[in-house]
Amino acid sequence: MKIQINGEARDVRGPMLADALEELGYDGKVATAVNEAFVAKTQRAAFVLNDGDRVEVVAPKQGG
Amino acid sequence: MARSFYGVELENSLMLGTAQYPSPAILAEAFETSGAAVATVSLRREGGADGSGQDFWRLIQNLNVRVLPNTAGCHSVKEAVTTAQMAREVFETNWIKLEVIGHDDTLQPDVFALVVAAEELTKLGFNVFPYCTEDLTVAERLVNAGCEVLMPWGSPIGSGLGLNNEYGLRTLRAHFPDIPLVIDAGLGVPSHAGKAMEMGFDAVLLNTAVAKAGDPVAMAAAFALAIEAGRLAKEADPMEPRDMASPSTPVIGKAFL
Repeated sequence: MKIQINGEARDVRGPMLADALEELGYDGKVATAVNEAFVAKTQRAAFVLNDGDRVEVVAPKQGG
Repeated sequence: MARSFYGVELENSLMLGTAQYPSPAILAEAFETSGAAVATVSLRREGGADGSGQDFWRLIQNLNVRVLPNTAGCHSVKEAVTTAQMAREVFETNWIKLEVIGHDDTLQPDVFALVVAAEELTKLGFNVFPYCTEDLTVAERLVNAGCEVLMPWGSPIGSGLGLNNEYGLRTLRAHFPDIPLVIDAGLGVPSHAGKAMEMGFDAVLLNTAVAKAGDPVAMAAAFALAIEAGRLAKEADPMEPRDMASPSTPVIGKAFL
């Protein structure tokens, strides 16, 4: 399945968001949004991705 | 007197940003030296396994301070609300420094979108710290939207210009005697922070002035001292300025020569 992860085209087995994250090596403290809508950690295992979905994966960073 | 921020009494009045330091070690030392009570943080895209975000998260946890995530760089209500939801999950706090930027040159807040976002986030259970201007009407709208803290700018973010509109800030302070007010943005040197505290503000939030100083650790210490001096001075009830001189040495009893 072809999706966008942080703006980059990626091919993942899917179809669940949690599986895609695991496949891509995300195992730390991250938050996710799909197509600009927040997807909570507790929803990731049951969240079905579709071709062309835009997934954002963010983590703690320095800020002012 | 410690002021309560959404029920939390902070040990001091310094909120310090975590960006732009020469190294993580210097960041940590600046926090330790200054005793800053709050660290502002953000969320950015993570690159997969061993992303830098995880190291940073461990560093922040070791600082043992309260974390205030921001929505820096957001330009719309939707972007800010989604970012806040992600921040709440990652940082495990309802606190959110709400930034909705209106102009890229000045980083002035879009106060209209800010009020809408503040209302939405309050309904979602967030404790909103809105980055706003000194405009009284906007401040009133934010309070009506549920904000129990306001964070007016001193001057544009990263400018180091200090308190650009002392009259406006003084008016804001007088109008909201019971709302915790934090000067957020634009402070350049410790005297700016001291002045803000003398004017009765409850805390200051700064980043660039410390992180971009030649010696960030020494500057963090200098800010902490200035904030404490300003706070003590405010409590001590400063004299009123006057236009004419008034002798401090008694006139009565002067020798007739």
